[in-house]
Amino acid sequence: MTAEARPAPGLRRFWPAALPQGPLDYGRRLWMRVLLASVFLFLYAPIAVLIAFSFNDSKRNIVWQGFTLKYYAVAWNNADLFDAMTNSLIIAAVSTLFATVIGAMVGLQLWRFRFPFKGAYEGFMALPIVIPEITLGVSLMAFFFKLGWMTTDLGWPFNLFPIIIAHIAFCFPFVAIVVRSRMVGFNMQLEEASKDLGASQWQTFRHVLLPYMKPGLIAGALLAFTLSLDDFVITYFTSGPGSVTFPVKVFSMVRRGVTPDINAASTVLIVITVVATVLAMKMQAPDKTGKGQ
Amino acid sequence: MSAPIIQIRNVVKRFAGGTTAVDNVSFDIGQNEFFALLGPSGCGKTTLLRMIAGLETPSEGEIIIDGVDMAFTPPNQRPVNMVFQSYAVFPHMSVLQNVEYGLMVTGTPKDETRKRAKEALDMVQLGHLGERRPDQLSGGQRQRVALARALVKRPKVLLLDEPLSALDAKLREAMQLELARLQKTVGITFIIVTHDQDEALSMADRIAVMNAGRVSQIAAPIALYEAPASRFVADFIGKVNLIDATVTGVKGNEVACKAKGLGEILIPSNQPAKGQVTLAVRPEKLTLGTAAPKKAGLVKLSGTVRDVSYYGDTSHVIVTAAGIELAVNVQNDARRSSIITRGQNVWVSWAPDDTLILTE
Repeated sequence: MTAEARPAPGLRRFWPAALPQGPLDYGRRLWMRVLLASVFLFLYAPIAVLIAFSFNDSKRNIVWQGFTLKYYAVAWNNADLFDAMTNSLIIAAVSTLFATVIGAMVGLQLWRFRFPFKGAYEGFMALPIVIPEITLGVSLMAFFFKLGWMTTDLGWPFNLFPIIIAHIAFCFPFVAIVVRSRMVGFNMQLEEASKDLGASQWQTFRHVLLPYMKPGLIAGALLAFTLSLDDFVITYFTSGPGSVTFPVKVFSMVRRGVTPDINAASTVLIVITVVATVLAMKMQAPDKTGKGQ
Repeated sequence: MSAPIIQIRNVVKRFAGGTTAVDNVSFDIGQNEFFALLGPSGCGKTTLLRMIAGLETPSEGEIIIDGVDMAFTPPNQRPVNMVFQSYAVFPHMSVLQNVEYGLMVTGTPKDETRKRAKEALDMVQLGHLGERRPDQLSGGQRQRVALARALVKRPKVLLLDEPLSALDAKLREAMQLELARLQKTVGITFIIVTHDQDEALSMADRIAVMNAGRVSQIAAPIALYEAPASRFVADFIGKVNLIDATVTGVKGNEVACKAKGLGEILIPSNQPAKGQVTLAVRPEKLTLGTAAPKKAGLVKLSGTVRDVSYYGDTSHVIVTAAGIELAVNVQNDARRSSIITRGQNVWVSWAPDDTLILTE
C-alpha cells in the first residue's frame, strides 16, 4: 500500500474500518464478533441478572418491580448470613496466610533446586489442583472424623480449623505455581552480585530475592484468598453446624427459594472476588521494568 | 612484576558430567596490575574468574588472595568484587541504593555509606543520576553503576567478566580508555575476562591466553603479539600467516628453514629448532609491490592478487604466491596510492627478522 492510499491518522483513530482488513484483524470479522458476543452473553448474563435483581423491590424476585437497596440491609441484618460471611472471611484470611508461606517455599524449592524424584515430587505437589474437589472433600472429612473433630463441638473459632486446614491444602499449590513462574525470569547474577558485595544468604533473600518475588506472592495470595472465599464442595464436607461458611449458607437458603437478600449478598461476594482477581492479574503481568540488565 | 596479590596454584575445576573447565592452572597476578584472561569461548577463563570471586569452588588447588588460601571462602568474605557480564544491577533499587548496598549489608554507618557511595558515583561520572532507577539508564550507565557498586567496597582486586561485550563499538572504545584510567586512579588490581583480543591488548599490563582449560602463554601485550610462543597464540592474537617449514640447519644465530615455494631462508633466532616447524609472519610486516624489491636479504615472492578488502585506512589483500596464500595489510597512506585490483601480478616481500619460528 502506498503512503497516499493510507487514510489520515485522525480518521484512522475514529473510524478504524476506513482501513482495509488485514489478515490478522480477526476482531473486525463479523462471524468472529457474533461468536464473541454470544460467548460473553452465555457466561455473564446470569451474573448480570443476579446483580440487577439484587436491587429489585420484590419479595418473590421474578418480575422487576423497581429499584431498592433494602435487601442489602436485609442481608446485613440476617445474623446467620452475617456469621457465615464472618466465618468465610476469617477462614480465607488465615488459610491465605499459611498457603502463601507454604506455597512460596514450594515454589522456590521447585525453581531453585534439583533433587532426586523432582518430577514425582512436583506432580505430588500439584495433586490438590488435579484431583476432583469431591475426592479431596470426602477424604478430608474421613480424616477429621477419625480425629474426632467432626463429632465433638470444638467451639468457635476452633471449629473452623478443619476448613482452614482443607483450604490451605488446596490453595498452596496455586501459590507455588505463581511464585515459581515469577522466579523463572530472575537473573541469577543478581543473587551472585549480592553475595559478592558481602551479603549473607539471608540478606540476599531479604533484599534481592524477596522484592523480586513480591508481585508473585501478592498474586498468589489473592488467588488463594479468592479460591478459599468461594469454595463450596470441600467446605461442605468439612464444615459442621457451628462452622457454616457463606457459600454453604447460601446453598441452604437457596433450597427454600431465591430471595433478593441472597442476590445482594452474592453481589457483595462477586465484587470482592472480582477485585481480588483483577489485582492478582495485574500483579502477574510480565515484568516490564527489566531484569537488572 | 610487583608482589603477587593473587596466586593460583594447580587449580583444577571439573564439572559434574566430566568436563574439565580449568585444567591445572598456576600463575600469579601482581599488585596494581591490569591483568586480562583472554581466550575463545569455553576455554575456562570465566570459570577461573568465578573461582577467584568465590562463586565456584575449585576441584583441586589453591587460590591465594593476599597471602591467604581462599579457595573455599564464601564470596561475601573475600576482599574481591566483581562486575558481572549482565551488570546485575538490582532493578528494584535506585542507583544510589545499588551502590550503597554492599556497605549497607556489612553494617557500615549510614553517613559514611552515603558519603562513600556518592564519591564512587562521582568517580564514574554518575553523581547526578543517583535517584534514577536502573531501567531509566542506558547500558553504558548501568555498567558504570556496576563499577561504582564494586569499587565502593574498596576491594583489593576488581574482577570484570566481559564488561564491554554488551556495548556498541564506539562506547566500547571509550570505556576501554576509561577502565584503564580508572585502574590507574584507584590503584588496585583489575582482572578482566574477555574474548576480544583488542580489548586485552589495549588495556592490560599482562595477558594470560587460555585454551581448553590451560594457560597457553602469559606475557605483556607487545611480547604476546610479536613473540607468540605457540601456533595457537599466534593465530588467536591478531592475524598471522602460518607457513609449514622444515629446519635444515643452524648457522650461528640463524636458523635455515626450507618451505614450499620459499626455498631456503635464513631466520635470525636464538631458539633451538629442528624438524617440522611453523613460520609465522604478521600481515602488516609484508610489503606489496608491482616490481621485484631491489633491497637484498628480503624474502621475496611473486604472486597474484586473489582478493582485496578495503577498510578505509588499510586494505587487506590476499595474494597467492608459489602455491601458498598470504594475507598482506596495506596502509592506504596516500590519497592517490596505487589501487590494487584482483588478478594483478605483484611482489610480496618481508624481512627475515620479522619471521617467527614456532615449534608448537
